[in-house]
Amino acid sequence: MQHWLSLMASSFPFLLRGALVFTVPLTLLSFTFGLLLGFGIALVRLFGGRLSIAAARFYVWMLRGTPLLVQLFIIFYGLPSVGIVLDAFPAALIGFTLNVGAYTSEIIRAVIASVPKGQWEAAYSIGMSWGQAMRRTILPQAARVAVPPLSNTFISLVKDTSLAAAVTLPELFRAAQRIVATSYEPMILYVEAALIYLALSSVLSILQVRLEHRLGRSGGFLEAKS
Amino acid sequence: MIKLTNIEKRFGALVALKGVSAVIAEGTVTALIGPSGGGKSTMLRSINLLEIPTSGELTIGEETIVFQSGVKVDGKAVRRLRRQTGMVFQNFQLFPHQTALANVMEGLTTVLKWPADKARARALALLEKVGLAHKAEAWPATLSGGQQQRVAIARALAPSPRVLLCDEPTSALDPELSGEVVDVLAQLAREGTTMVMATHDLRLASKIADRVIFLEAGMIVETGTAREIFTTPRHERTRRFISTLTQRDEVGVDGGDAS
Ligand SMILES: Nc1ncnc2c1ncn2[C@@H]1O[C@H](COP(=O)(O)OP(=O)(O)OP(=O)(O)O)[C@@H](O)[C@H]1O
Ligand SMILES: [Mg+2]
Repeated sequence: MQHWLSLMASSFPFLLRGALVFTVPLTLLSFTFGLLLGFGIALVRLFGGRLSIAAARFYVWMLRGTPLLVQLFIIFYGLPSVGIVLDAFPAALIGFTLNVGAYTSEIIRAVIASVPKGQWEAAYSIGMSWGQAMRRTILPQAARVAVPPLSNTFISLVKDTSLAAAVTLPELFRAAQRIVATSYEPMILYVEAALIYLALSSVLSILQVRLEHRLGRSGGFLEAKS
Repeated sequence: MIKLTNIEKRFGALVALKGVSAVIAEGTVTALIGPSGGGKSTMLRSINLLEIPTSGELTIGEETIVFQSGVKVDGKAVRRLRRQTGMVFQNFQLFPHQTALANVMEGLTTVLKWPADKARARALALLEKVGLAHKAEAWPATLSGGQQQRVAIARALAPSPRVLLCDEPTSALDPELSGEVVDVLAQLAREGTTMVMATHDLRLASKIADRVIFLEAGMIVETGTAREIFTTPRHERTRRFISTLTQRDEVGVDGGDAS
């Protein structure tokens, strides 16, 4: 027991470093870029021409139909054979961004489409352009509906970043693996890593509830609608 | 003045408007009546270009657009024309994420780029006019249908449109609630607001309309003063339609002078 605790204490700084230097930045950056990508894809799928819609659907189909781990391997281990060599962090960032883009595009498309057509017409009827209607009328309503599913994607992402260990990124999980290699204490180290992931996703869940609460003002129109 | 010349609107194979021509003078109230599917909504929505006519010509004030099938109309021209109109929808369509006040201010701040305090003052004056100054900070979901529709009227009037288009403004409301909306519209009519409204509500039409257009199957069957159409229609079709409405609504229109 004593030994376990001291091992946990001595390994904690290394795991925390992996979390703060790699896991958290990778999560935040790939979610941000992935959301932008997902928004773009959603707009194409809702308002694009035939060809661009087909291209966007193909993209989503590819990314959702193949394992994330395999995608990461293609980017990190595969691309060098065609002359594209990436460091572990950029490779992981690209992989996660592309993946988040595919998943969130479906969510964003659905929530934008869920705003009634009458709201577009009301916005147009007071003279708004397409962009103004989108920004002032449609997106604020879509955003409220999008928070729960996007938060779920975000929380899954935090956990999924552990896959980046397989492409040598020294993030939280790989930091644990490394210490296991010298201490031969897989149980303690992996439970410790799991606890840190749990702490991270719990913080995010709390933030999600706060955000939903804040967006849920306005006389609770979501509740009134459903 | 609003002028529709030979407006045709096709939805695929269906011809919803078959060459509709009408002139609507400033300061008048025109009611569009006719059987369901006759093209009332389509005609209204062609005036603010929520529907782009397939062919024909539309003039509002100094702006004219000519429509030709296969020729795409310029989005800027559409918006210039549309900005001279305001619209009230059957189911209100208030912006649910904004307070009553913010709904009314929206067109002024976002579209016309008015400073917020100026927009707020005008929006409050309009809410006052529709009797809802005390609900300025209320969310739409907390308002009754009649209150929501009155906020929607204020929102449509905020940018001072040349014409207010109303598509069955009372038909989603219970009779008790529709009264308060009719009163507001009657008040606007007295003040000389130009209005075009589609309605099945004879009480509304006979109370405030100067002119009535009877539309059936995408064509104007008859146009006249409210009194002429309701009491001495020339066409058999109009006569029959009016009698079905009066029976259904149990509202006499004999005293229905246009006010
Ligand atoms: N977006 C659309 N797509 C296809 N057909 C449409 C569309 N809008 C209207 N129509 C058709 O055009 C015709 C005229 O419809 P419109 O809504 O103008 O009638 P209306 O007189 O307003 O009827 P109501 O009294 O029921 O409101 C109908 O046959 C309708 O089905
Ligand atoms: Mg209609």
